[in-house]
Amino acid sequence: MHNTSWLFRMAWRDSRRSRARLLLFMASIILGIAALVGINSFGDNLARSVAEQARELLGADLVLTANHPFDTALEPTLSKLGAARQQEMAFASLVQFRPGRGVRLAQIRARESGFYYGEWQVQPQAAAAQFGRPGTPASALVDDALLAQFGVKIGDSVQVGRVVLPIVGRVLKTPGQSGVSSAVAPAVFIPLAQVPATGLVQPGSRVQYRRAYRFAPGANVAAVVKPLQTRLDKAEIDSETVASRQQSMGRIFADLTRYLGLVAFVALLLGCVGVASAVNLYVREKLAAVAVLRCLGASGKQALLIYLIQTAGLGLVGAIIGAALGAAVQTLLPGVLGDFLPVSISVSVSWTAIATGLLTGLLMAVLFALLPLLSIRRVSPLRVLRVAFEDDTAAPDPVRSLVVAVIALFVLAFAYGQTRDWKLTLGFGAGLLAAFGALAGVGRLLIASVRRFFPAGWGYVWRQGLANLYRPQNQTLTLVTSIGLGTFLLATLFLTQALLLSRVQLADRGRQPNLVLFDIQPEQRPGVEALLKAQNLPLMQRVPIVTMRLSAINGTSVSEIKKDTARGIPAWALTREYRVTYRDTLSRAEKLSAGTAPRLGPDGIPRISVEDGYLGRVKLKLGDTLDFNVQGAPLRTIVGGTRSVELGQVQPSFLVLFPKSVLEQAPQFWVEVTRTPTPAALAGVQQALLRQFPNVSAIDLGLILATLDDIISKVSFVIRFMAGFSILTGLLVLSSSVVISRYQRVRESVLLRTLGASRRQILRITLVEYGLLGLLAALAGIGLAVLAAWALAVFVFEASFGPAVLPLLGLAALVTALTAGIGLLNSRDVLRRSPLEVLRAEG
Amino acid sequence: MSILRVENLTKTYPSAGQPLTVLHEVSFDLAAGDTFAIVGPSGSGKTTLLGLCAGLDRATSGSVWVNGIQLDKLSEDERAAVRNQHVGFIFQNFQLLPTLTALENVLVPLELRGQRGATQTALELLDRVGLAARANHYPAQLSGGEQQRVSLARAFANRPAVLFADEPTGNLDPDTSERVVNLLFELNREAGTTLVLVTHDLELAAKTQRTLRLRGGRVVEEILASAK
Repeated sequence: MHNTSWLFRMAWRDSRRSRARLLLFMASIILGIAALVGINSFGDNLARSVAEQARELLGADLVLTANHPFDTALEPTLSKLGAARQQEMAFASLVQFRPGRGVRLAQIRARESGFYYGEWQVQPQAAAAQFGRPGTPASALVDDALLAQFGVKIGDSVQVGRVVLPIVGRVLKTPGQSGVSSAVAPAVFIPLAQVPATGLVQPGSRVQYRRAYRFAPGANVAAVVKPLQTRLDKAEIDSETVASRQQSMGRIFADLTRYLGLVAFVALLLGCVGVASAVNLYVREKLAAVAVLRCLGASGKQALLIYLIQTAGLGLVGAIIGAALGAAVQTLLPGVLGDFLPVSISVSVSWTAIATGLLTGLLMAVLFALLPLLSIRRVSPLRVLRVAFEDDTAAPDPVRSLVVAVIALFVLAFAYGQTRDWKLTLGFGAGLLAAFGALAGVGRLLIASVRRFFPAGWGYVWRQGLANLYRPQNQTLTLVTSIGLGTFLLATLFLTQALLLSRVQLADRGRQPNLVLFDIQPEQRPGVEALLKAQNLPLMQRVPIVTMRLSAINGTSVSEIKKDTARGIPAWALTREYRVTYRDTLSRAEKLSAGTAPRLGPDGIPRISVEDGYLGRVKLKLGDTLDFNVQGAPLRTIVGGTRSVELGQVQPSFLVLFPKSVLEQAPQFWVEVTRTPTPAALAGVQQALLRQFPNVSAIDLGLILATLDDIISKVSFVIRFMAGFSILTGLLVLSSSVVISRYQRVRESVLLRTLGASRRQILRITLVEYGLLGLLAALAGIGLAVLAAWALAVFVFEASFGPAVLPLLGLAALVTALTAGIGLLNSRDVLRRSPLEVLRAEG
Repeated sequence: MSILRVENLTKTYPSAGQPLTVLHEVSFDLAAGDTFAIVGPSGSGKTTLLGLCAGLDRATSGSVWVNGIQLDKLSEDERAAVRNQHVGFIFQNFQLLPTLTALENVLVPLELRGQRGATQTALELLDRVGLAARANHYPAQLSGGEQQRVSLARAFANRPAVLFADEPTGNLDPDTSERVVNLLFELNREAGTTLVLVTHDLELAAKTQRTLRLRGGRVVEEILASAK
């Protein structure tokens, strides 16, 4: 059809002289698309790597896990499964290194031998091969992190309970463990046969029992497990096969990449706002040409299509560049996220991710460009006769509303595609709308107030710079929105990180306890307390703990409730091991919400107190009965009261609280809490404990704090990496709008120079304009971030909120300086050239 | 046959206090090949009348027929099609598309109607106005006179029934003006086009067969060539 080809020809011809500038419009979407393609490619690679390495992750074909020794009745069956099998016991315990006497809580993994699959990276590698082999002397392999912390070398030894073992290997990587998980719980591997000698496993000790099986190649493991499933469930044994591990890990990582994808999408949206604003300026420049075309007989639709084809073409180029950049970015991501991943990622090009990114980017860019382009349809040909003619823009444009609706729908559809959760999708949409709305509001307010309160008495440079904020072709709204959003993301990140850290740092403050002793057997209690007294350490709390499982709610058995998903009671509440304590009063951190404190009822049935949140999630009400299985003995209770627990206190907190005179005779252990004034005192008490009561674990809250700090900073690095895309996009939008408005303002600058303004004056006008824009955008972004962090603090973390002012002011200064700097840098070019040269180029 | 017929044309703009009428019941009728000038001081309604005749704007009341087609019944896009088929334009500030070469500018009306051999026709027209050698130059690379000659070539490209010229020499020096005017009348004669000229320049107006003098939006005088 001649018309279509003419449109393409016209689009091509018309773009010839402004292609480089047009490409700059599209530069703002490049980073957004790069982030999107990068994240989604990485997600695809991750999924593939998890699928490929699932067997290595599990280290076996089948792993059975229980929190208690396996039922002996199952042994005949279990011992016949698979081609090879081995046992593992895992538990936490203090270990001490020699020489140096360093003590730390570690995860003890007592195994018969190494792993069936996956790389167990140990230095020297021979130590891994020989581990647990009959005939070799008992020895230990220790996580690199632990050895590094205490400066211990291979050849030194480690004391685990009552045994001292030589360290023969440094463990660098264990199948199924990520960098973060070994930092939280560094492992010491010992031969299973040594466990009895350590004396660490006693009745009531928290130990995880595992069985790992290797099957003949090609065996259908799921088919073997299926007939056993009911018996395993009954015996409270979890089974995990390669396929189920792959499924659960795949889900976790798909979620991770989806949320990061949303952050990337925000960068893309920001870029699209830039595209819209750049195209808006471009359209204003083209009004005269459009009027001539209309005059010569082009219809409104034809004129619109010419420029739509142009922007779409350039959008495509931008999207292709973005996708290529994204393919490069994904190679960086394993480095950024590596510590969180138990698999090694093999990087390859994901064509699905590239195609999705290209399509999303192109579609969004075109839709956003269409908003300003639509006004072309209404350009009156009368403009050719009268330059100042105002187009008919008063009437609302239904097509414009349609485009806005399509954009909104697309954003929601994309968010849903990423999260598969309507609530989150709507929340994301509402959050975006609120952030964009608030920032645009600030922009409008700025324009209105500069106009309203214009300081007519100020110097020329100030007046001119301020006036630029509201004069035609101003960029105030776009820049405040884009830079503000970038600043908002960064500041929210900073504030949330500070908030999380301040929560965990409570333990470090003042007279709060900082050492928790676990697993104290009743007969050990007087000894442990005497030990603390001898070391001059206060006994700040002493709590008995009894473990039990829920067997029925209001007479309905847990297994029946589990089958009835309509009840909506979370599975963890039904299957978990409850650790409860008993007392008749509430502690200072607890507050009665309804009913009474725990007490023994006149009918002899204990009235228990449950935590508020638990009451709600398990859908209980006062008077309901809960049946517990206390290590074999059934026990009926009635919910007699609920209480709220103040978070942020260092003390054991409980979902369920029993009255006195019920559980005293049940198997139990004690937790005691103290405070050590110095690291030396901490080391002293740990060493003494290890010597006299090796099964007692001492949790050093300072160490946990340091580990948490480390994890939080790693997480925030990942988020910062993603937020970086938004910030960079914001700067690009800024740069391109400065460059575009430069063309708009060039005549004016030239006129000013012709009339005698010095370069310095023009630069100062620019400085005032962009400095103010940057400052306001930064303050608006930070203001929103403070609001968001406050809401998080009050409603989610239930903590007091006092943001650090100095770093935020620093951020504001940085953003302002960057904005003003880019403004100046781009205007410099106009000033360097002679007025005549500029005018000719413009023509 | 009447090529341009204007009947009781009135244009009123809504204004702050009361409606502002810039054109009062103007009527005239032009046949094929007629040359016609509209003169008057600034603000007399000349350009408004031209815009209405060419279908660039809608009248408040009254009607315009171009080549027998009644414009006030048509939508803006339909009027655009009429302009493309029957109307040519010359403007004071040339109104060439700055991003297109001289040749491409002349091509626009031809390509818009999907005419075959458009490039050949456009090159011939450029040759006719003496600019064949500058076909691939951009407007910024041409002088004012050259730009107006390109716009003459563009105006005649679609063999219009009626040609509207708005102060065609307003931005040109006297020598160049003369050359452009001569070319305009020559081309007009050759093509048998009806010419409507809006100008301050009485000397230029005198070259037409009829002159309409406007003041305050009203026709104050109509002079025929025989009376000039």
